Amino acid sequence: MATERIIIAVLYVLLAPFVIGLLDGFDRKISARMQGRRGPSVLQPFFDLKKLFEKEFLTANKAQLFMIRSYLVFIVLSGVLFFGGFDILLVVFSLSTAAMFLILASTSTHSPYSAQGTHRELVQIMSCEPMELLVAVGFYLAIGTFNVNEIIKTSISPIAYLPGFFVGFVFILTIKFRKSPFDIATSHHAHQEVIKGVTSEMVGKEYGMVTLAEWYENAILLGIVGLFFLNSNPVSIVCAIIAILVVWFLEILIDNTSARVKWQLMLKLAWGVTIVAAGMNLLLLEIIRG
Amino acid sequence: MEMLVTALICLPFLWAILPAVIHNSKCRAFFVYLGCGIVIALSVFTAVKWYLAGGQATDFDLPYREAFDHVILVGDIFLMCLITYLSFKYKKGVISLLAIVQTVLVAALELFGPKVQESAALHFDWLTFVMILIIGVVGSLIGIYAVGYMHGYHIHHHKELTDRRSFFLAMIFVFFGAMFGLVFSQSLIWLYFFWEITSVTSFLLIGYTRTEEAINNSFKALWMNLLGGCGIAAAIAVGVLLYQNVNLYDMIKIAILSKYMGIPNTLCLLPIACLAFAALTKSAQFPFSGWLLGAMVAPTPSSALLHSATMVKAGVYLLIRISVAMADNYVGNMVALVGGFTFLAASCLAISVSDGKKVLAYSTISNLGLIVACTGCGYEETIWAAVFLVIFHAVSKSMLFQCVGAIENTTGSRDVEDMQGLISLFPKLAVVLMIGIAGMFLAPFGMLISKWAALKAFIDTTSVYVSTLMVLFICFGSATTMFYWTKWLSKILGASGKEKSRDLTKKNEYISMFFHAFMMVALILGFPWLSSHVLKPMSNEMFGTDVQVISYQNIIIMIVLLVGVFVIPAINYVLTKNTKAKQVITYMGGANCGDNFNFVSSTGDPKEMHISNFYMEDIMGEKKLFTPAIMVSTVIIIVYMIIVIGGAF
Repeated sequence: MATERIIIAVLYVLLAPFVIGLLDGFDRKISARMQGRRGPSVLQPFFDLKKLFEKEFLTANKAQLFMIRSYLVFIVLSGVLFFGGFDILLVVFSLSTAAMFLILASTSTHSPYSAQGTHRELVQIMSCEPMELLVAVGFYLAIGTFNVNEIIKTSISPIAYLPGFFVGFVFILTIKFRKSPFDIATSHHAHQEVIKGVTSEMVGKEYGMVTLAEWYENAILLGIVGLFFLNSNPVSIVCAIIAILVVWFLEILIDNTSARVKWQLMLKLAWGVTIVAAGMNLLLLEIIRG
Repeated sequence: MEMLVTALICLPFLWAILPAVIHNSKCRAFFVYLGCGIVIALSVFTAVKWYLAGGQATDFDLPYREAFDHVILVGDIFLMCLITYLSFKYKKGVISLLAIVQTVLVAALELFGPKVQESAALHFDWLTFVMILIIGVVGSLIGIYAVGYMHGYHIHHHKELTDRRSFFLAMIFVFFGAMFGLVFSQSLIWLYFFWEITSVTSFLLIGYTRTEEAINNSFKALWMNLLGGCGIAAAIAVGVLLYQNVNLYDMIKIAILSKYMGIPNTLCLLPIACLAFAALTKSAQFPFSGWLLGAMVAPTPSSALLHSATMVKAGVYLLIRISVAMADNYVGNMVALVGGFTFLAASCLAISVSDGKKVLAYSTISNLGLIVACTGCGYEETIWAAVFLVIFHAVSKSMLFQCVGAIENTTGSRDVEDMQGLISLFPKLAVVLMIGIAGMFLAPFGMLISKWAALKAFIDTTSVYVSTLMVLFICFGSATTMFYWTKWLSKILGASGKEKSRDLTKKNEYISMFFHAFMMVALILGFPWLSSHVLKPMSNEMFGTDVQVISYQNIIIMIVLLVGVFVIPAINYVLTKNTKAKQVITYMGGANCGDNFNFVSSTGDPKEMHISNFYMEDIMGEKKLFTPAIMVSTVIIIVYMIIVIGGAF
């Protein structure tokens, strides 16, 4: 059992960037097709990453580099905790600690655009955090433990108890993936009003590391989506993978059909959905439990 | 042991006379240092001696108990007269009514009421052990800091104010004595006396500057705390009339027993409810938060004292004490809901303010809310969490207040917006501030460990709606807490274009702050030890169980995270220190003036660029949230008090 957990955690560290990078490549391809373009090769994200690491290192404040590296390391650490089957609540805490390093890296430059992006990023974190914590609470209520390796051993998939939590979590995933309409902290296009927001002042390998960290983080988030569907039956793994792909496609669809909103609306929407969907589900579960 | 404890309680009261009568600045400073040193030594020695003796809960009496009883009665009446005099002097006579009613009630019961059972006056157990260390060590360090700070305060910054430092320093010692007395007292009459002293002393400290604002705020603190005092007086009255017993511990036992005996227990809950109400006022929960916010007007050492080691800790101490009697009943639900609501509301409000001291004040209220919520739940996990929070909060908040005070003395502003780039201007102050902030919210420090335990316990709470609401309060409250601390942290670590200036912080202020920082780090490193050697026996004593609240596996993860927070950035810093980089300026859409701090304005001249944090005043502003928060919490308290009181008769 222990070796199995170690193997999965090691596989995460080694393979997550490839899997998520590839998904990102398909994301661009599908988005391009939706917009009537041909789109780049599915391997384009890897070429981009390679190029970023080969660029000359320019920086407005050298202290940024070590904070970005710490951000990357903390994200990977959170992923190891998650895929190693440890306490999911601590995974959430560890992820928010990681996010803080990104914030600090971005504000250390005294740049107007990155400062604006940073504060929007903070609002994004604040919008998502209640739902992330609630997901952990939901698993505890449904299965009776915070430990991921025990959650997957349940006989009925947690989604049966947690539909509201699932809806709320998928909602905040749009924010977490920085997809439109909630791409307010950073945009994919540097000509927009935020420029590149929180990553405005990150160039070359710094930006490469941030991209890599985002891939690692997305792997954890998609992993949590899968966790809703896993149970002791091996067939559930297939269900989980299908669910992940459906959610992933849904995010692309939303991304391509909506326009950016203001942060005030995002905060209200995210909290509203969290209270209604997850809150109701929470109350019902508590009532059923007695 | 009796002698040591007697000394611990009486010595600070007597020592207070020295700074009060000595007016030579140097000489007085010496005696304050000496006094603080003695208090630290005495409290640590007492605690260690008790710990080495096996850590058994003991009941004992002071020598000359009778005499002390009389002193306390006379003291009560003296305090009442003092309050009455001062409130008429400042034309707020109504407030004296609160003092007169409760003191007359207590004194009358004591003199003419039914004879109460005699029992030992003092009690020493694990909770007392933790409290005396906090009061003795953290409190005395604030005393040391106060000497240097008050010197600068009067000599450099506020020449217009009357120099009443003797009075100020004396009051600090009175505070220590009262707090020690409070945590040792077993008899409610004794507890009430020390409780009133802390109320009056804080009132005097807040009003120190005698400006109009200070006087108004001090009276606000006075009436709110006197209202709490009424709660204790009511508990004494119920105890005397119903059980002929005023022993706090017996009341807790009665409340717990009645639950298992199947007796309708609302009557037994009545004194517990009154005590809980009193504790809510003292720990500045909504709707009584106003007094702690108003306390900001006082010089920094007194804020530090009220917020960390004393005063508000008296409230949570009492709540932790009675928490076993609050598990799964109406009183517990009231306390948990008020605490949880305060945690969320105060952390939202903290987002909208930029005055450093005010952010700290709201964060204190919010953090106390979490502690109070934990006690209201009354399970082992939550008490474990609450005590951890009390310890971490005392150290980090005392450090933060001292640091903000020092920053204000040096830079002339305590506004968070003016702390841009503090790390390059005043690195020592910035590091202290950062350790303090990290101690308040970062993984895996106190707050986080406690939140983990609290969430787990709240999910398991039996009452469905309380459990649901509490989980929501904590989840949303953590998000808002993260927001206001991170944005402050990012200000400190930002770049600054200002010239370096001289650091005006006194040496003794640094000694105190560095010692706090050292304690903070020691606490974090020693957390597994603390959990198994202090908190485990404590929960064993309170609940009679012997389980470790947090699993071994999670302790390992916490240690990994902890090492991570320090070591990962440090290693990365060393690894990247010599990376070759081409220095460039930031992107400003082409409007740079050659550096990162100025831009080309519309007239073509360079203009300084200010980068401001988000304050969300239209969503989280004080104007928008404060009054509704007071209303909601008032409703919670009134409804539950009616249920408890109504159920009793």
